[in-house]
Amino acid sequence: MNLLEVKNLHASVGGQEILKGIDLVVNRGEVHSIMGPNGSGKSTLAQVVARRESFEVTSGEILYEGKNLLEMKPEDAACEGVFMAFQYPVEIPGISNAYFLRSALNAIRRYRGLEEIDAMDFLPLLKEKAKLLEMDDKLMNRSVNEAFSGGEKKRNEILQMAVLEPKLAILDETDSGLDIDALKIVATGVNAMRSPDRAIVLVTHYQRLLNYIVPDRVHVLVEGRIVRSGGPELALELEETGYGRLEASVGGTRVSA
Amino acid sequence: MSEGVQQLEQLDSYQESFRKLESDSPETNHKWLRKLREDAFARFSKTGFPTTRMEDWRFTNVSAIAQTRFQLSRNGHDRLLQPSEKFALAGSCCELVFLNGRFAPELSSLSGLLDGLHIGSLAEELKRNPGAVEAHLGRYLDTQRDPFCALNTAFVEDGAYVHVAEGVAVEKAIHLLYLAADEGKPSMTFPRNLIVAGESSQVVVVEEYVSWGCEQAFCNSATEVVAASDAVVSHYWIEREHANTFNVSTLRIEQARNANVASHSVLAGGALVRNNVHPVMSGEGGECLINGLFIGNGRQHLDNYMLVEHASPHCSSRQFYNGILDDQAHGVFHGRIVVRKDAQKTDAKQTNRNLLLSDDAQIDTKPQLEIFADDVKCTHGATIGQIDENALFYLRSRGIDERAAGQLLLVAFAGECLGRMKTDAVRVHIEKLIGHQLRQLNADQKTTPKAVGGEGERNWKELQ
Repeated sequence: MNLLEVKNLHASVGGQEILKGIDLVVNRGEVHSIMGPNGSGKSTLAQVVARRESFEVTSGEILYEGKNLLEMKPEDAACEGVFMAFQYPVEIPGISNAYFLRSALNAIRRYRGLEEIDAMDFLPLLKEKAKLLEMDDKLMNRSVNEAFSGGEKKRNEILQMAVLEPKLAILDETDSGLDIDALKIVATGVNAMRSPDRAIVLVTHYQRLLNYIVPDRVHVLVEGRIVRSGGPELALELEETGYGRLEASVGGTRVSA
Repeated sequence: MSEGVQQLEQLDSYQESFRKLESDSPETNHKWLRKLREDAFARFSKTGFPTTRMEDWRFTNVSAIAQTRFQLSRNGHDRLLQPSEKFALAGSCCELVFLNGRFAPELSSLSGLLDGLHIGSLAEELKRNPGAVEAHLGRYLDTQRDPFCALNTAFVEDGAYVHVAEGVAVEKAIHLLYLAADEGKPSMTFPRNLIVAGESSQVVVVEEYVSWGCEQAFCNSATEVVAASDAVVSHYWIEREHANTFNVSTLRIEQARNANVASHSVLAGGALVRNNVHPVMSGEGGECLINGLFIGNGRQHLDNYMLVEHASPHCSSRQFYNGILDDQAHGVFHGRIVVRKDAQKTDAKQTNRNLLLSDDAQIDTKPQLEIFADDVKCTHGATIGQIDENALFYLRSRGIDERAAGQLLLVAFAGECLGRMKTDAVRVHIEKLIGHQLRQLNADQKTTPKAVGGEGERNWKELQ
């Protein structure tokens, strides 16, 4: 069974259609990259999969481990193993990062019938993961993302992924706004998460991240449709030619993954 | 305050109660005290209860208080109640329990107090050491401006008396518990507290108002805090009476040079609650924190009135009030800051943030700055909003269910106020109360449809 299967997905926000028929199959152990110009619908696709309710799915379906993902609430999708790293991580004053992460982990563990982890046992786990992402311990006791730098916020997303250990991780422009050092740290964190049981989808505008995380498949999303799919060499080609040529050809061919 | 506003349908009842009080307490019938009461009663008789035509009472209609015939609570502690361990404050240094406004020694514990700390009932102190009381009682509270202050002063009889000697630091909290028990008819009480903190002393006082029963009651309290130079005073005021109670209170703080005072108010219970906080920074270099949290549901009306007077140079004041309102609850934040002519280098800041959880909840927030000095820094800001949908989705996307996520965000919002409460035992006590209160709100919220903002949209409406 495929881990994720998106079939002819159409989605709108505020009456405007953003996704106009997406087909995509992602299997366990694979890393996919979804590339495309700004406004092509990449983030919408990521958020629909994460079950953001402000997007309306008008037709099509999404199967996750064979189950209808579109019937799941965001928290249920998360508990089933879906994770999205936010393009714009949300600041939550008054809730410490450590408490937030432990609450999330325990919610997922409860869902799966596992015992909850207490603060004493959680701390070493958190420290170990934070070290991988070169994050200061002090950030764990601060409010979630509050007064974090842009790079710290992105690393915090990957830290959450590392703690929650999802089966499907979608990283929505996690590379944008990062300097090269931060980008390498994030890439190290993501690569450490690669596993035969897990799929990772990198949503990105630039090829740069793919120098450090080499994908198995690359898809190009333009105006709400996947117009081309290929191997990692497709990303390099796009870097050379840009999206212009593909944008010009929209409406002609539709290529499914 | 303008006059000619009469709301005194029950004047005869108040007159009768007043005469009864005077004849009932001959042993504390000092001449100065009689004059204090009589002047105050005359003032109240003249003004009556305030109406919404008065600026300070624009958002709060007290006609329900004015129309009800309350009896002065007389049978204080002649009935045995199980002393309410459930109301005790863990980690306090002593408990003073007041049953229907009268000190109840059998319910209180006052043993093992530090040298230099004197605590007892005001009634007792008026008998034993009237001079110490006379030096302060009624010297600060403004009975001309506020009819409720006049009414309280007219009925001064009992309450707490706390005196901390120079240089003495009392680290554990003094817990003053005001227990309203049913008396078979609507009753009124007038607790009056006097807290005198000597030079360089330190003290934490918690006033907490609770109910035992469900009868209509009117509690009109006043507390005068006198902070001598370099004194550090923390005052907590907790209202959690039942939903059939009117509670109007005034905290009047007199701050000498370099005194550091924190006032924390928590409004969770009551039907109609008005909490006045009135610090006057009379000496240079004073600091004042006025921190408050109000959480209302049903048809509660919670009014927070601040009058911060900067009367000397180099003083700083900080007001932070957070409100959470559900159902048809109505909240008021009225933040008045007065900077007198000589109070140069004043640094005053005011912030009021509100969360409305239902379409029918209402908040009136009003800053009022009156600045007569020219070298000052005064800022104010207010926000009104719903639970942040982005934050809610963020938490849910990590596996936390909608109810728990909403709960977490409310706790975090209330936590901003709790974080400013530096006395651990008191904060823990309040955290428990608040946690219970918020869980009730959240249950309601599930059934209330609420507007959902679009992506990236700010849910806060800046009101500046």
